[in-house]
Amino acid sequence: MSAPVVEPDALAHPESGEGRKRPRSYKGPIALGVIALVALVGLGFFTSSDTETTFSFAKNSDFFTIPDLTVPSLMAVIVLTVIALLLAVYSLVLATNHRKPGIWLPVVYGIAIIGALLTTAGAGRDNTSIQFTSLLTSSLFLAVPLVFGALAGTICERSGIVNIAIEGQLLAGAFLAALVGSMAGNAYIGMVVAPLAGAAVGAILAVFATKYWVDQIVVGVVLNLLVLGLTGFFFNTVMSDNPNLNQSLNMQSIDIPVLSSIPIIGPVLFQQNLLVYILYVTVIVTQIMLFKSRWGLRVRAVGEHPKAADTVGIKVNRTRLRNTILGGAVAGLGGAFFTVASGLAFGNNMSAGKGYIALAAMILGRWSPRGALVAALLFGFADALRVQLGIIGSDIPSEFLAMTPYLATILAVAGLVGHSRAPAAENIPYKK
Amino acid sequence: MSEQPVTQTPPEAPEPEAPRRDWGTAWRHVVESSGLVVAMAILAALLIAGLLVIIVDPAVQDAAKYFFAQPADFFKAAWDALWSVYSAIFQGAVVNLDSSTFAGTIRPFTQTLTQATPLIFAGLGLGIGFRAGMFNIGAQGQLLIGATLGAYIGFAWDLPFPLHLVLAILGCAVGGAIWGFIPGILKAKTGAHEVIVTIMLNYIALNLVAWLLSLDAFKVNDVQSNPKSPLVETSAQYPLLLGGNFNLHWGFVLALVCAWGVWWLMERSTLGFEIRAAGANARAARTAGMSVTKTTILVMTIAGALAGLAGSTFVLGTEKALTDATGGTVGFDAITVALLGRSRPVGTVFAAILFGGLQAAGPTLQTQADLRPDIIFVIQALVVLFIAAPPLVRTMFRLPVPAHEKVVAA
Repeated sequence: MSAPVVEPDALAHPESGEGRKRPRSYKGPIALGVIALVALVGLGFFTSSDTETTFSFAKNSDFFTIPDLTVPSLMAVIVLTVIALLLAVYSLVLATNHRKPGIWLPVVYGIAIIGALLTTAGAGRDNTSIQFTSLLTSSLFLAVPLVFGALAGTICERSGIVNIAIEGQLLAGAFLAALVGSMAGNAYIGMVVAPLAGAAVGAILAVFATKYWVDQIVVGVVLNLLVLGLTGFFFNTVMSDNPNLNQSLNMQSIDIPVLSSIPIIGPVLFQQNLLVYILYVTVIVTQIMLFKSRWGLRVRAVGEHPKAADTVGIKVNRTRLRNTILGGAVAGLGGAFFTVASGLAFGNNMSAGKGYIALAAMILGRWSPRGALVAALLFGFADALRVQLGIIGSDIPSEFLAMTPYLATILAVAGLVGHSRAPAAENIPYKK
Repeated sequence: MSEQPVTQTPPEAPEPEAPRRDWGTAWRHVVESSGLVVAMAILAALLIAGLLVIIVDPAVQDAAKYFFAQPADFFKAAWDALWSVYSAIFQGAVVNLDSSTFAGTIRPFTQTLTQATPLIFAGLGLGIGFRAGMFNIGAQGQLLIGATLGAYIGFAWDLPFPLHLVLAILGCAVGGAIWGFIPGILKAKTGAHEVIVTIMLNYIALNLVAWLLSLDAFKVNDVQSNPKSPLVETSAQYPLLLGGNFNLHWGFVLALVCAWGVWWLMERSTLGFEIRAAGANARAARTAGMSVTKTTILVMTIAGALAGLAGSTFVLGTEKALTDATGGTVGFDAITVALLGRSRPVGTVFAAILFGGLQAAGPTLQTQADLRPDIIFVIQALVVLFIAAPPLVRTMFRLPVPAHEKVVAA
């Protein structure tokens, strides 16, 4: 008998004593404190004392112009990291009193640390400033495939099917969007068919998981490889023989009237292309459907306790099949980001591991659409930051900037999220 | 996702009757064996890959245009396309019958074994993780960090032959072990999900290696496009196993030794029992007085060390230097190898040789059949997919359903 991939968290930890007094947990405060200290020492070291950092916020389309903000670099870094340090101390005080801080604390803390990082990066650049608004804009844009991927994972896993195949679904969506979009000469048609490719991958996953009871992680990993091979094969044969089957198409960004003129918020949220607007709708609809509708209740029941769900007449395997196909379609739509929504032609392995990051975002977001959105935005921000700092140049080696988000994720997962609990019936085939 | 899928075996399987010695029973044994399923799965994967090649082959497409006029042309073109692929795979992975010398004839198979070596190492490590109930995606990062440390010892230190090699190998193992220890201890102490942590550590390792390669200590000279470390000293390289004509090195033997070691660890040692118990049911293992914390940390560390050894086959074996692309996709390929080998050492070795063969056939496919190695990914994926679902293969080839079914699980 071989052992399945086990998530021992799902077994619940008997010693973690819920119910009575909340146990003192110092992991969070320690993680916060360590990051703040590292930031204080590390960033303080890299920032020279007599330089200034300029942040600019304005875009031409704004109602009114927010003036550029110029601060003395070292002073700002010290103030911001000390604020972060104080917040860590405060959370330590709360922890000794068996209390947990509200959501504001990590948010303010994160803003302080990121502000300090940006200040250091922009220090002493006389002619360039930190383009804060475009930083946020590209953060959201780069987060698009991650959000769709994480949503896809959430939809599947809530019904008890582990979806490691997000990577393959993204890639398949990207491929079909480019192919059909090029054939039709229209990016939007490409975007519309992209979900079909993802759904097809999801369908294979679902059939193997519910009909043949194959370990879902095995199928997921293998499907990623299969899609990588198939898309690469057709890219190198059919598409390279007929370049008109793989053109770079573009989706214009659509400005929402009035809203797009609000400073900062407007350019970030309301001057994006159609795929991003669909993203907003998808996140909201999934969040509401999953937690407020009868459908969502059934899906979660199937994912947590399929036998009970079956007893009250819910078709377990049919629910799982539908959810996995739906999830695959969502991820496939996200795949359109890489080709038609970014104005690029298809390239070999162009999802480049984003599906695995989306998987991490889903777990970091604790299997909820809202959490997935926040986590994906975090990764998107990190990506955008790396790009922007690469443009303005920085004293910190770019490799270290690039690894910051990944380090932050590890610390977040270890210190703040802790034991995340997957749906209980994940990766267990249901048989009557 | 925690229960042992005990229910995978049909619950009311009748007791097998006492074996009778007749041809019918013998035949039944053959068609029910999982060996046949494996063979059929490989066959099916090759057939589907062949279909793909036929679809995109220009000669076949041309012949298809006048299919009804001269169907023979179509079938001939299709057969030519198929033959070029299958013969390329065979000649690239098994033996090259075109070669006039004996060395040239068997060279492909030694290439297969060379390619299989890192897959064996990494697959063994991942297999231990799977059996302990942990999904380790971090072999790539562990491999890179191990390769970095080993390569540094290899080119920076000046030592006599056996000692230098041993230290460099140990360096690879230690580097990988450190990178495996991190997710292990985080999982054990804070509950951080190993999937997230290992994914993140892969990216951190990539960036770390890219940064190290930009340092003077790791540079050969300033004018070079691809970052690459100095060559590892000869005294720290794996000696060649079959002489200078072949790339096969002693790393392969070390891999086999490690496979035996892992088998002993998992099947014969107390620790192995605890690892399997923790994987099967962590709560029960804890109740029985085993330390799941300890096994979690140990499993990830051992897996990391083995992935680091996989890195050694590149920096001390085939490539002899560290680049930011060291290891290629071995970290991920090893996942499929471990899954195909059902997380068992022997299975992993054979799965690695199968996949190593497919990869060794890549260059031949390119030159003889003008195909990129992508088709190899397709074949690999299909093989695992079919082997994972024996009922599907049985349905495809109309094989009878056996009384006992083995299950592939991660």
